Amino acid sequence: MHSRQPGKTVRKILVVVTAIAVCLTACDFGPGDGAAEPFASRYTGLASTTTLLTGATVLTGTGERLENADVLMADGKIVEVGMGLKADGAVVVDASGKWVTPGVIDVHSHLGVYASPNTQSHSDGNEATSPVTAEVWAEHSVWPHDPGFVTALAGGVTSMQILPGSANLVGGRGVTLKNIPGRNVMDMKFPGAPYGMKMACGENPKRVYGGRGQSPATRMGNVAGYRQAWIDAADYRDKLAAAEKGKGEAPKRDLKLETLAGVLNGEILVHNHCYRADEMSVMIEIAKEFGYTISAFHHAVEAYKIGDLLAESDTCAAMWADWWGFKMEAYDGIRENAAIVDKAGACAIIHSDSGIGIQRLNQETAKVMGAAARVGIDITPEHAIQWITKNAAKSLGIEDVVGTLEAGKMADVVLWSGNPFSVYTRAEKVYIDGALAYDRNDASVNPVTDFSLGTAAATGGAQ
Amino acid sequence: MRALILVLLAIVFVGVAQAETTAIIGATVHTVGPQGTIENATIIVTDGRIVAVGENIAAPAGATLIDASGKVVTPGLFTPYGDIGLVEVGFSAGPVDRVQRGDQFTAGFDIADAFNRRSTLIAINRIEGVTRALIAPSAGGPDDSGNTSHIFSGLASVANLGDGADSIDRRAVALVVNLGESGVSFAGGSRAAVLLILRQAFDEARDYAIHGDAYERGQHSDFSYSVADLEALQSVLAGDVAMLANVDRASDIEVLIAFSREYGIRTIIRGGVEAWMLADELAAANIAVILAPTANLPSNFDRINANLKSAPILAAAGVKIAFADGQSHTHNARNITQSAGNATAEGLPWDEALRAITLTPAEMYGVADRVGSIEPGKDADIVIWPGDPFELTIYADQVFIKGESIPMISRQTLLRDRYLDTDDTRPPAYRN
Repeated sequence: MHSRQPGKTVRKILVVVTAIAVCLTACDFGPGDGAAEPFASRYTGLASTTTLLTGATVLTGTGERLENADVLMADGKIVEVGMGLKADGAVVVDASGKWVTPGVIDVHSHLGVYASPNTQSHSDGNEATSPVTAEVWAEHSVWPHDPGFVTALAGGVTSMQILPGSANLVGGRGVTLKNIPGRNVMDMKFPGAPYGMKMACGENPKRVYGGRGQSPATRMGNVAGYRQAWIDAADYRDKLAAAEKGKGEAPKRDLKLETLAGVLNGEILVHNHCYRADEMSVMIEIAKEFGYTISAFHHAVEAYKIGDLLAESDTCAAMWADWWGFKMEAYDGIRENAAIVDKAGACAIIHSDSGIGIQRLNQETAKVMGAAARVGIDITPEHAIQWITKNAAKSLGIEDVVGTLEAGKMADVVLWSGNPFSVYTRAEKVYIDGALAYDRNDASVNPVTDFSLGTAAATGGAQ
Repeated sequence: MRALILVLLAIVFVGVAQAETTAIIGATVHTVGPQGTIENATIIVTDGRIVAVGENIAAPAGATLIDASGKVVTPGLFTPYGDIGLVEVGFSAGPVDRVQRGDQFTAGFDIADAFNRRSTLIAINRIEGVTRALIAPSAGGPDDSGNTSHIFSGLASVANLGDGADSIDRRAVALVVNLGESGVSFAGGSRAAVLLILRQAFDEARDYAIHGDAYERGQHSDFSYSVADLEALQSVLAGDVAMLANVDRASDIEVLIAFSREYGIRTIIRGGVEAWMLADELAAANIAVILAPTANLPSNFDRINANLKSAPILAAAGVKIAFADGQSHTHNARNITQSAGNATAEGLPWDEALRAITLTPAEMYGVADRVGSIEPGKDADIVIWPGDPFELTIYADQVFIKGESIPMISRQTLLRDRYLDTDDTRPPAYRN
């Protein structure tokens, strides 16, 4: 029905990643041979068109900047980026004077799980009933009619990870979505993306449970909670492995331990809400103790204090540009955070955690660039764009298929009215898998979710 | 006593001795006053006041010259709503002095004495150009004893972010009231009750104005509000104090317009997500709106018609606008330039956006005779920028508050500098 056909390399990657995802539930821990992967992606996107953007300033996401360059998309993929490209039958878009970048990726969003309007009825992000709820999956809370999806699209966001909240030590699985609102979450799931698992340090878990006279009530209680969970998960993993070799009976399938064991097996990526440098350092030790890697610290307000440790453990820091002081563990936030992390050779990401912030991740990035320049750290546009594209894709385990404008990758592309790091610039056209998903100047390509019908948003007001 | 007098004299003497004149030369100056924008301008500052601004003005002999060639100069920024100086850490750590609960004060609750001019927030925001702020009390949920806030949060004041002890520029400039969704939980659950409480309170204040003397003599039945509350409400009725109403829904704004007209109250709307739907009515009623230009999500049912074009629509209709981001109007009040830039990108003329973050708030709160623009006679709140102040990569080079060149240092710059030098292997506590 749709014309997207993965290129060879990409297809291979997709097959491998999908196999891992399938194995997760159907092979290693699944209910039995032949069972289909539950909640599998049914994403098909929109019908793609062969499109040639011409004469743009192109930030490739690989650190390069090309002037007067063209970007050719076909069959949902980037075909080529270069000068003087030609393509028969392509829709040609004059992009002279404009800038082109990979689609923006937000690694930290609660769209759909804390949907607008923010009523109690929509509070679906925290299963705050037990400190370790690895068994819950954010995708089962996602409401695809959250108006925030389409406003994020207007900000150039083509993919995002939807995470559970931070009330719990382990909050559950996160899910990576393509930003084409569907009828259900399966329609939106990024094909082949590995699952994430949300963990949280610090104030939130100890406040939520300590307030109930329960553990954890302190940061040391937090750490005991993580370690106990990993001990249980390792035991589960070992028993399953032994049973596969005919030694002993396989334990009853346990959703909680299945997810945790998925992390220990390297198939599920840890996304760890953690503000303070000392706590991030402790979390890195826990990861070493149990043999997993933390894919990214989120809200890493003090990451600038431990850039070297982050680089060493291959852990990204996902940060705001300037949020600080709203709680104690955010007191040491500085504007230069991401730039100092980057300078230390670690992977820097700008994230939103906000339905408003997600619409302007380019602007948040610009604030850091300007602050860094004042202290002699030169962050060029071609470098900075990676904080919201390539590096974000890396932390989500999808960088082989998206996040840069390289041939064969998914054609998730933004055409900006100018330099994306200017406050006056807007995303003019947003392509997802080679299809025009948003056009600022064409109301027929301004999607409106069900909830917004009959409101200002439906007449373009909110966009 | 004599020693004290000598000390005071010494301070006065030093003050006079330091009454230097400063001349900022060569910049593009956006005065936001009648002189408009002046290229290659000179600004003369003496004793903390602007004495002259224009082209071809010679700096007086002995003046300290500040070469701002190629730079952009604006008035100091004025954040029109927030609780800067009233809060250090917002959640679970404190201190937080913005919220008052219980019935001992309502309309008469004056927040000014809680202002902490040494708060870390002051330096962090002023080095990015914010020189004046409205400090406003706000409502909060019930405390541990079940005490709640009131639909009247109390009286807001204008503060400067300078180093002097005279932080409060003008006390009690606005009475904060919570209407619509923000007020229903303090009024038994219905917004109709909010209006009844409002009406009852102002009626009582009128009654007190007439019969206050009888009350003092014990010849009038008790009022349900304290004298302090009634005095505050009277100041609103007299037009000395504005009513600053937290309200978003269009229907609530319609009710508010009628109420303001009926009682002759000067009203300012804060929030105003659906105010754009009533732009002409608000202009006719001379009601100003403080809004967050980027608030385009229907985050509750009062905000269903949120609109990214609110700022240009309101301004085009002649409504006075100012900007305060609902999420970050305090710790990150400095991001007011981002609000202005985004409003501009959506169609608000650049000059009007600058006015919205300088002169308009000063007018709203009755301090425009002293601040808000670069005009002779006004306090020298001046910011020198290396480029367009709305651009996200542009940060202030130097900020002056009442003529004082403030140190461009904050707790955040100190943290930054400590961790910037990655070659320093000593423990952080031993660095700088």
